[in-house]
Amino acid sequence: MAKITFDGIEVEVADGTTILQAARKIGGSVVPPAMCYYTPLKGSGGKCRVCLVKVTQGSAKDPRPMPKLVASCITPVQDGMVVENTTNEDVLNARKGIVEMLLINHPLDCPICDQAGECNLQDLSYEHGVSATRYEEERRTFNKVDLGPYIQLHMTRCILCYRCVYTADQIAGNRVHGVLGRGDAAEIGTYIENIVDQEMSGNVIDVCPVGALTDKTWRFKNRVWFTKPMDAHRDCPTCSGKVTLWNRGDQVLRVTARKDEYSEVEEFICNTCRFEKKEMSDWTIEGPRHINRASVISANHYELPVVNVPIVPNLPASTKKNLPQH
Amino acid sequence: MAEIINEVKFSDAGMAEIQRYISHYPEGRQKSAILPIMHVAQAEFGGWLSPQVMDKIAEILNIQPIEVYEVATFYTMFNLKPVGKHVLEVCRTGPCCLRGADQMIDMIKQKLNIEEGETTADGMFTLKPVECLASCGTGPMLQVRETYYENLDTEEKLDQFLETLRNTEVETPYHQK
Amino acid sequence: MGIKILTEHINVPGIETLEVYRKHGGYRSVEKALKTMTPDEVVEEVKTSGLRGRGGAGFPTGMKWSFLAKPEGVPRYLVCNADESEPGTFKDRVFMQKNPHALIEGMITSSYALGANTSYIYIRGELMFVLRILEKAIAEAYAAGLLGKNIMGSGYDLDLHVAPGGGAYICGEETALLESLEGKRGNPRNKPPFPAVKGLFASPTVVNNVESIASVPWIVNNGGAEYAKIGVGRSTGTKLISASGNINNPGVYEIELGVPVEEFIYSDEYCGGILKGKQLKAVVPGGSSVPILPANLILKTAAGEDRLMTYESLSDGGFVSGSMLGSGAFIVFDEDQCIVRNTWNYARFYHHESCGQCSPCREGTGWMEKVLHRIEHGHGHQQDIDLLVSVAKQIEGNTICPLGDAAAWPVASAVRHFRDEFEWHIKHPQEATLPGAVYRGQLETITA
Ligand SMILES: Cc1cc2nc3c(=O)[nH]c(=O)nc-3n(C[C@H](O)[C@H](O)[C@H](O)COP(=O)(O)O)c2cc1C
Ligand code: SF4
Ligand code: SF4
Ligand code: FES
Ligand code: FES
Repeated sequence: MAKITFDGIEVEVADGTTILQAARKIGGSVVPPAMCYYTPLKGSGGKCRVCLVKVTQGSAKDPRPMPKLVASCITPVQDGMVVENTTNEDVLNARKGIVEMLLINHPLDCPICDQAGECNLQDLSYEHGVSATRYEEERRTFNKVDLGPYIQLHMTRCILCYRCVYTADQIAGNRVHGVLGRGDAAEIGTYIENIVDQEMSGNVIDVCPVGALTDKTWRFKNRVWFTKPMDAHRDCPTCSGKVTLWNRGDQVLRVTARKDEYSEVEEFICNTCRFEKKEMSDWTIEGPRHINRASVISANHYELPVVNVPIVPNLPASTKKNLPQH
Repeated sequence: MAEIINEVKFSDAGMAEIQRYISHYPEGRQKSAILPIMHVAQAEFGGWLSPQVMDKIAEILNIQPIEVYEVATFYTMFNLKPVGKHVLEVCRTGPCCLRGADQMIDMIKQKLNIEEGETTADGMFTLKPVECLASCGTGPMLQVRETYYENLDTEEKLDQFLETLRNTEVETPYHQK
Repeated sequence: MGIKILTEHINVPGIETLEVYRKHGGYRSVEKALKTMTPDEVVEEVKTSGLRGRGGAGFPTGMKWSFLAKPEGVPRYLVCNADESEPGTFKDRVFMQKNPHALIEGMITSSYALGANTSYIYIRGELMFVLRILEKAIAEAYAAGLLGKNIMGSGYDLDLHVAPGGGAYICGEETALLESLEGKRGNPRNKPPFPAVKGLFASPTVVNNVESIASVPWIVNNGGAEYAKIGVGRSTGTKLISASGNINNPGVYEIELGVPVEEFIYSDEYCGGILKGKQLKAVVPGGSSVPILPANLILKTAAGEDRLMTYESLSDGGFVSGSMLGSGAFIVFDEDQCIVRNTWNYARFYHHESCGQCSPCREGTGWMEKVLHRIEHGHGHQQDIDLLVSVAKQIEGNTICPLGDAAAWPVASAVRHFRDEFEWHIKHPQEATLPGAVYRGQLETITA
């Protein structure tokens, strides 16, 4: 076991635990955000850099601070380690800078994005972003890629977290999509026309932190905050059959895996459950699902009457503001 | 897809070269040989890698085709579209620019009447700007296949170089051994 | 004339053949190490020599070797970094091309010290012609019993292979190199684990630069203590410098560490002064990634002392007034060169070469390039200068691998030392975009 101090709070965790997981054990507002790390996916993490923290004391044995900020999602704890997150100005500033980087090429098309309301990038920019962009260059665009009848790809929204690639490798198998190109021209794609339809492939939608991968069978059907999430299950020969249904009245609009407060799925589900079972009679209802995240859906809780929800509530002000004049 | 795909077949020498590279790596690590194999393929199939050629490489290495596409699109030496007979890989990086690389690139564009990334109408030359080729002391310079052409700092030298190249036949290097 | 450890025989005709190489004392270190020394004794000599990594970071080679994990029953690897892609650097290419056996000898002796039975030379794909030279020399070495089973009857086995890259600067970073060697995209790995614990094929691995490895035979032959006598302080031994830019004698020079920068630039033994007798404007002393220094600060430190060609002296003053020895790529700018244009050129390089894995580098390198492109092409705003500094800061230190820092430093240092030139460009977009326009200091004049 290792005892560490995180933002002044002591917590004891098993050796080899990452700083992020230790912070999640404490829970609440001290937990660093994570856009690429995903507990069930081996090898994930380290890429987005929003989880950076300051290690002010490396361990009890070697108390020297670590010279750079470290990615909390991949850095293991040491006994006696002291970590600062919300209590450290440098960390908050660096994070602000990184959120800005994630947004400069983002299309900010939340009004037409199916992920709006349950998007980790919206949450992130609301909590850690700056209010005006300094970016006046042209935003990146990509050619359209068709992944088949189930999954919609909007590459401009992708933050290259690689989660969908790990999911295809580790959960679905027979991977046909991947990261092509490099640098800021890197993109998710299949290179030649190909269909992503392996039995567990729909999980890429659930792991995607943004609206880059969405469910075609739910496209534009509704905004997430108008729907009522319910836990349900069925006897499924392929997966656990434990899902969340997103309903309007008696209509099943969408089926997803159950996600925890960090947007991580509890159990991956199969494509049959996700895309084919859209009747209430397919499911045994367990009861309403409480959405635990500090996001639009929970802020405008489905149990309350929905009045006038702003569609782009969280994003930095218009790109045109505060720009130097040509 | 009812498209008729020409069968991709490596020459015997090319296949021997591929097997040699694969033998350099431990059992089960044959994917390690992908870059040398792509070089062989590019040399054998007209200077570029078509999806069919990449699928053949996937088959040889027993990996998913997407793994080949991912690698091929990461590295700049692999051309993913047809190219001219001679690809002029021109260094455009700082140290060469101190010795006139920008001017050389402009001259090539003018003389061949093409822009960066384009191929001449006769299919003879493709102009491909690249980054530092580790020949900075002898810039401006460029590479064509396995040969460096250095100190191309006057119009005469450039003309002479283009003329020589026009009359050069393409050879696959490992066939000469 | 200093001592030549690496280049003494480099111009001997036929030195690329085993026969001539052996005639000039080649492969003595293999015999000495394998027959008379234990692997640990070789490591000790390298430690004593004070040899520091010649790939850029300058990490002590002997210390790196002693960190190598040695679990039972797991192979260990030595991988030679011949990626040679830091702009301005061409020493390893020239060295391997002319004297391939010298690297192979270093690989055998070093692999023995590390207990590696398979080793690789990863060479950038553009250098396929050098790969063929190396492969020919390796075949000769196999035939002579210097590679393969039971080398020189010592019972030690080693296989040595050359592996080409495919065109990616990032594959010079050691973990990206290992990914590439495994046939993958060159995405640097998260650390820990470090290669010394989990490197090539998840086994303990040492990655060393060509020049570092090629220095080992001399150390074994003459002793680490002899090596440590060469040079100044913690900068021991000799270093290959790739000299380029506006100088009379561009080329590769082997110097004893400690030569004054001024002597290096102006003496006929080295660069031979500035081309056409022009004024020196600036130098990038260690490859495009290290900070640029204006003429006054490259010749003398801020404290007024002579700047020397050593790790310590070149970094004297930190990033405020110093730079780094880096890979020893010495890029010289004369008075006619435009710093803004050069900074844009470097920024374009890093934008082009970012692997794209982590967000600050993927997005920030493109952002800096675009802003610099605007300034260079007459569309800059005064606040762009601070924006550049701020974006560079947002990248620096926050990325997976040092390419992020390498992209940030040239921009930050150019603005630090040549801010007036940037301001002038922005204030005078018309003049600044005339062909050949250069800012020359106080007077806002140009020469076309
Ligand atoms: C972006 C980047 C590019 C690099 N390129 C090279 C290179 O081309 N050659 C090299 O030897 N080292 C290069 N390095 C340094 C290597 O990561 C590594 O430190 C070096 O190979 C270690 O060898 P040494 O200790 O012998 O110097 C690079 C590092 C970075 C971050
Ligand atoms: S598509 Fe989504 S899951 Fe895949 S890399 Fe992009 S952001 Fe991540
Ligand atoms: S710093 Fe740049 S090159 Fe290095 S891992 Fe991150 S994106 Fe890739
Ligand atoms: S969550 Fe840690 S780097 Fe992305
Ligand atoms: S800058 Fe052109 S070869 Fe190095």
